[in-house]
Amino acid sequence: MDERKTTIRAYLTRFFPGCELRDGDDLFALGFVTSMFAIQLVTFVESAFAIEIENEDLELDNFRSVAAIARLVERKVGGRR
Amino acid sequence: MSGGERKMVKCVVWDLDNTLWDGILLEDREVALRRGVRETLEALDQRGVLHSIASRNDHDAAMARLTELGLAECFLCPQIHWGSKVGSLESIARALDLGVDALAFVDDQPVERDEVMASLPGVMCIDAADLVRITALPELTPRFVTEDSGKRRQMYLTDSARKRDEEAYRGPPEAFLASLGMRLIIAVAREQDLQRAEELTLRTNQLNTTGYTYSYDELSQLRRSPDHRLLIASLADKHGSYGKIGLALLELEPSAWTIKLLLTSCRVMSRGIGSVLLGHLMRSAGARGVGLRAEFIANGRNRTMYIAYKFAGFREVGRRGDALVLESDLSRVQPLPGYMRVDIEDGSAA
Repeated sequence: MDERKTTIRAYLTRFFPGCELRDGDDLFALGFVTSMFAIQLVTFVESAFAIEIENEDLELDNFRSVAAIARLVERKVGGRR
Repeated sequence: MSGGERKMVKCVVWDLDNTLWDGILLEDREVALRRGVRETLEALDQRGVLHSIASRNDHDAAMARLTELGLAECFLCPQIHWGSKVGSLESIARALDLGVDALAFVDDQPVERDEVMASLPGVMCIDAADLVRITALPELTPRFVTEDSGKRRQMYLTDSARKRDEEAYRGPPEAFLASLGMRLIIAVAREQDLQRAEELTLRTNQLNTTGYTYSYDELSQLRRSPDHRLLIASLADKHGSYGKIGLALLELEPSAWTIKLLLTSCRVMSRGIGSVLLGHLMRSAGARGVGLRAEFIANGRNRTMYIAYKFAGFREVGRRGDALVLESDLSRVQPLPGYMRVDIEDGSAA
């Protein structure tokens, strides 16, 4: 879980350079969210953790923070076992 | 509205030896253009079709000859090297932000065309012997030639300047966007905007929520209809104009509005225009006290737009024909971004 958070945080740093992202920080309050950022984030999560994000998972609350994304990944990976 | 797929070619990729010019450059430094080539290049350029090159040749020698012929500026991101043409076509599509199926490839060598056809079946392959027929191909004949089409090559060149800026930029993406000094105008479409509006519905696949295409006449009716609102967005920044790059069509009912179509040109991907447009529609609906729905039809390439709706708080509420229907409760609308000036000229005073 912590390893996943590190991966997610490392990816997000390029969008929020110089910003110490904490687990609960609301990404969508940090700046204007473009649809480009959103699709890149979703695609990253899919490829970094080899999961498929389905339509019903595409909710802002699942992507709102490092912790939320890690929880989503946990759930998807768990469901696969 | 028509569902028929009409795949338009947006860029023609030319071979050089015995295709663009007669003979082989490395045997004759003075090769002359084949008859009709210059006219074909110019005619397509006027229509907004781009040109590029995929040639196995000496890069410097070829560029020198193209410059002497006054054509160097005509080709965007030319691929002149000894590597594979399939790779070249893929590089061109990537550099221009196009799908490979928006490319045509002209070459005199059947073996080159066969290889491209086998690896990239979406690319339209044309025998160089058919040169005179190229301008008559329907895939290369947009229904309208608009003010924006004739400027397309220039806009791509300006875009590459922007891209170089962006790649050289060290800092947060938002600060880069702020450095562009962008100004977006969202306006009710006028009669003179409709050709471009039709073109946008035909040319835009990736950043398009439904893919509905509308003819000029249909758009003209919708524009005047009291039950619809057609908005068009144009963008400029310190480098110059991007032209008209966004379109939204609303169906107005007393209790709710439905977004039938929301699209932005791929050239402004990463500028946040789709989110700004959507935010504007949400604010307008909120100000009128009506609900806001949106139709969405997946085409395999437009997932970005589905995510844009979902992340803006839209939820799936049903289906209407082929389309998913989403709805927003308008409880949370993203404010306008600080990095862009947005002017609304839609007469809604919302």
